[in-house]
Amino acid sequence: MSNPQQLRYSKEHEWLSATEDGVATVGITEHAANALGDVVYADLPEAGAAVTAGETCGELESTKSVSDLYSPVTGEVVESNQDVVDDPSLVNSAPFEGGWLFKVRVTEEPKDLLSADEYTEFSGS
Amino acid sequence: MSTVPRLTALDAVHRALGATMTDFAGWDMPLRYGSERDEHVAVRTKAGLFDLSHMGEITVTGPQAVDFLNFSLVGNIGSIGVGRARYTMICAENGGILDDLIVYRLGEPDAPEYMIVANASNAQNVLDVLRDRAGDFDVEVRDDRDAYALLAVQGPESPGILKSLTDADLDGLKYYAGLPGTVAGVSALIARTGYTGEDGFELFVAPGDAEKLWNALMEAGEPVGLVPAGLSCRDTLRLEAGMPLYGHELTAELTPFDAGLGRVVKFEKTSMSESFVGRAALAAAAERAETAPPRKLVGLIAAGRRIPRAGFSVVADGKVIGEVTSGAPSPTLGKPIAIAYVDAAHAAPGSAGVGVDIRGTHEPYEVVALPFYKRQK
Repeated sequence: MSNPQQLRYSKEHEWLSATEDGVATVGITEHAANALGDVVYADLPEAGAAVTAGETCGELESTKSVSDLYSPVTGEVVESNQDVVDDPSLVNSAPFEGGWLFKVRVTEEPKDLLSADEYTEFSGS
Repeated sequence: MSTVPRLTALDAVHRALGATMTDFAGWDMPLRYGSERDEHVAVRTKAGLFDLSHMGEITVTGPQAVDFLNFSLVGNIGSIGVGRARYTMICAENGGILDDLIVYRLGEPDAPEYMIVANASNAQNVLDVLRDRAGDFDVEVRDDRDAYALLAVQGPESPGILKSLTDADLDGLKYYAGLPGTVAGVSALIARTGYTGEDGFELFVAPGDAEKLWNALMEAGEPVGLVPAGLSCRDTLRLEAGMPLYGHELTAELTPFDAGLGRVVKFEKTSMSESFVGRAALAAAAERAETAPPRKLVGLIAAGRRIPRAGFSVVADGKVIGEVTSGAPSPTLGKPIAIAYVDAAHAAPGSAGVGVDIRGTHEPYEVVALPFYKRQK
C-alpha cells in the first residue's frame, strides 16, 4: 500500500487533494478503508453543506461498525460522490480514486495536515 | 483474570495470511482475512475454512452420564444415538438460558461418553455449573478446552474437499452426526455440523495437528474456491440462516420458549428421573408462550440501506415495540437484515408500519419469518 505523494492527510485518516480553482477532493485513506472492512453505507455531506476541519460531516458504515467521517478542512461542499452512495464498496476498491467522498470549496485549511511520508509513518502503513 | 488474549494453535497461520484479528471472549481470533463479504459469498457458493478453536469442549463420562446430562440440560440426552449430536441448552433453575450447546455422543453403547461444545464466552460458567450439578452422580466432568483445536469447512464444496482427504464414510454421516476418523493423516472427530446454514463439517483435532490439517484442507480446497473465513462472515452467515447467538438472541433473562426454541426442552426424558434443573419454570414458560407470548423473535428486512445494530429500538406508530438483537448487511439478500424481539401484535410477517430507529431516524422495515436464507438441498 502506498499513499499518493500529491495528497495531504489528516490524522483522522482522510486525504485531501490539491485545490483546483479553490476546490479540493476529500476521501479516506486505504489504511482507513482496510480498517473499516467492507463499507456498505455512506452518508455524505450534500452540496451546499458547510463543513469544519476536524468535525464530523457524515458517516461510513461497514459490516461491523459505524464510523464518523471528519472533514479535513473548513469550507462548503460543492459535490458528493453519488457513485459511492450507490456502491459504497468503491471506498474499499479505490479509496484514492473512484472512492472519493466529496469536493469542498476550501475557506480554511488546518496547518497540521500531513504529507504522504508523514502519514505513512503516522498510520504505520 | 488474565487480560492477555489466548491464541489458538493456528495463530501463526492467521498472521501469515494478514488476518485482521479481534478479541472474542478473551481469544485473539481472525475477524476477516480480506473482504468479509467475499468470504461470506465463498461459503454460500463454494467453501470457507474457519478456525473455531475458541469454542469450549467439555467431556462427560461415567456410568450415570445420561442421567446427569438429562438432569443438567433441557434436552433428552438419553435419546441421542452413538455417533449423533443434538442441539440443546443449559438453563438456570428459573428457566433462564445459561448457554446453547451441541452435545455429541461418542464412545461405545456400554461406555457412555459425551462431548459438550459450549460458547467460548460461557464455557467456564458451563463447566462450573455442570460440576456443581454433578453432585451425587457417578460421572466425571472434564475440561477439554485445551485438548482440541476446532476447524470448520463449510459450504457446498466442503464434502468434496473433505472426501479427498479421508476414507471416512462421509456419505453415511448425516447432519448432526459425528464419527472419529483420519483426515490428511490427522486423527479427528468429524462432525457434520456448522453455524452457517450450509452443508459442512467441524473437525476436532489435537492442537498440535491443527496447522497440518489447515494446510491440507487449503491445498485440497483452493482449486474449488475454498478461502479462509473469519468470525465476521460467520456472524452474517448465521444471521441469514436465522441461528441465534448467545448474548444477542439468547440471554439468562430469557427462557428457550421466549426465544422461540421451546422445542429443545423435553419434559419427557429417557432416564431414571424426569426431574431436571429449571423444569417447573420452563413448564410455566411453555404455558405462557402458548397463551400470552410477550415478545416474539422475528426477521426484519430493510427497505433502505442503513444497518440496524443490536440494541436499536423497533418502532411502530412512533412507539417502541421491540429491540434488535442482531443486525448486519446481508450479502445474500443485498439488504440490511436484523433479528429482533417485537411485541406479538407486530410479529406477524408483513405487519405494517414497522421500522427501526437508526440514530434518530425511523427506517422502514419488513417483518418476515426466520430464517432469511435456507439452502436448496
